[in-house]
Amino acid sequence: MFPKPIAQSGPWTQRAYKTLLPIALVLWLLPLIGIAITSIRPGSDLASGNYFGMPSGFAGWENYSSVFKNSNIGYYILNSFRVTIPTVIGAVGLSCLTGYALAVYKFKGNLAVFFMFVAGNFVPFQILAIPVRDLTLHMGLYNTMTGLVLFHIAFQTGFCTLFMRNFMKALPFALIESARVEGVSEFRIFWHIILPLVRPAMAALAVLIFTFIWNDYFWATVMAQSVDVRPVTAGMNELKGQYKVAWELISAAAIVAALPPVAMFFLMQKHFIAGLTLGATKG
Amino acid sequence: MQKSTQAGFWKKNQRALAPWFFMAPGIIMFLVYVIYPIFQSIGISFYEWDGLGPKTYVGLQNYRDLLDDDSFYTSLKNNVIWLVLYLLAIPAGLAVALFLNQTVAGIRLYKSLFFFPFVISQVVVGLIFTWFYAPGFGILPHVINFFTGTPTAILADDKYATYGVIAAGLWPQTAYCMILYLTGLNNISPDQVEAARMDNAKGWSMLWHIIIPQLRPATFIALVVTVIGALRSFDLISVMTVGGPFGSTRVLSYFMYEQSLSEYGTAMGYGAAIAVVLFAIMLVFISLFIVRMLSQERNA
Repeated sequence: MFPKPIAQSGPWTQRAYKTLLPIALVLWLLPLIGIAITSIRPGSDLASGNYFGMPSGFAGWENYSSVFKNSNIGYYILNSFRVTIPTVIGAVGLSCLTGYALAVYKFKGNLAVFFMFVAGNFVPFQILAIPVRDLTLHMGLYNTMTGLVLFHIAFQTGFCTLFMRNFMKALPFALIESARVEGVSEFRIFWHIILPLVRPAMAALAVLIFTFIWNDYFWATVMAQSVDVRPVTAGMNELKGQYKVAWELISAAAIVAALPPVAMFFLMQKHFIAGLTLGATKG
Repeated sequence: MQKSTQAGFWKKNQRALAPWFFMAPGIIMFLVYVIYPIFQSIGISFYEWDGLGPKTYVGLQNYRDLLDDDSFYTSLKNNVIWLVLYLLAIPAGLAVALFLNQTVAGIRLYKSLFFFPFVISQVVVGLIFTWFYAPGFGILPHVINFFTGTPTAILADDKYATYGVIAAGLWPQTAYCMILYLTGLNNISPDQVEAARMDNAKGWSMLWHIIIPQLRPATFIALVVTVIGALRSFDLISVMTVGGPFGSTRVLSYFMYEQSLSEYGTAMGYGAAIAVVLFAIMLVFISLFIVRMLSQERNA
């Protein structure tokens, strides 16, 4: 293990390390802690210049309920779920199929198709934006959930395919061979043998894509205009204009907007990190 | 009779056709929404187009205009600054990972909390830092005031604004690199480390000669995500400075947005040309990554 385990060093080093840890954490999260405290501060604190001291009272309840009552944030959050969930299902579903084809079959063009997905995944959004918005407009899906979701599914399929294909490559191939000898059809092999084995990969992808799409801002701005479509990231920026310097309210809204992916992360931490660090250990 | 030959055909060729059936939905979606639009954008960049009316072919005029546009050079320069400074996330992430790679009580929670900034959307990160930097009620101007005597409003100063935005971006990016390195450190062969300890290797020389070479896969991924992240930077600029003050924080992605996608942006051809330049820059890196991944595939 590197660095040397702290348990093997002197008691002073150990004590120093254990004191340093929380200090480092507080410094690291200082901006976040600041905004969390601001979100429960009474507005009068900010008016009287009490920005960093102890809040003069707990106004969390007022601030948070005021954000929900006086802004569209409730709709925006709902919209974010309505974009995110279908995208997760669509992209994970499609990539199970593509990943399976690319991992299990040897055919001409296999690597070419694979690297098309990989490379496409890295392109800047701006080179897609004009044609994609135009296409969506022509399909009559501009400023609709469906328009936004279809694009997200297509784009995320790139990353998901990379992930699924590499995961499936590591599965025992003998399993598929013996099923083939038994005369099981290719689709049934996929459905009954492979899918149950890739559940951990599906879970990892689901949390990752959930976070990516929830946090997407560019497409939310470009493809959604109205209150009933606009996801919370794009909505937040609008709130910032509405509240101007009422930072206790902006902070409360920011915390609300950040909560779903944070909850997702803490609930599914193992899967999340497994997904993110795929490839960080080998290759 | 007819039916049985059909079934026979399927049976014989099932293995060859199946992958294409499996891939068809994914490939079609990806071609329509990702691959084809790249070529469409390249096409649009040779036209003058307001997005609604007819297109006029202008050849390379959009690109010539770019070369005369100061905003283009500002954006390009800022892209380079982003790219260079963003790379700091890699050593910073490694440093944090080394700091946290211990087995004291509660360390798992510490690791998760250090990773936190990456999970939050960049819009929220942008808001947090805007507040952090804000003159009057932000923390940072007070700190600067304490040391220098003048409370600098970082985001309002065209000399510092870009650096302020990049610092905000480095926060989640460092967290990302940290988690990659923590996983990498977890998989380092303990035998090699012990053997090196026997040979009296420790501290920096151990890190440099034994640990970092073993972390190469993690470093490669950290490099990929950091370079792509730096060149894709858009959200933070849009939230924190809207490209200002005086356009000093624009990068190519934001410049393109202003020209073609924002409320008043109707210069589709010009925006497409900007996007093509950004794409060409990224293509250099994408190709390098793909070449390396391809050689891994071949060796596997």
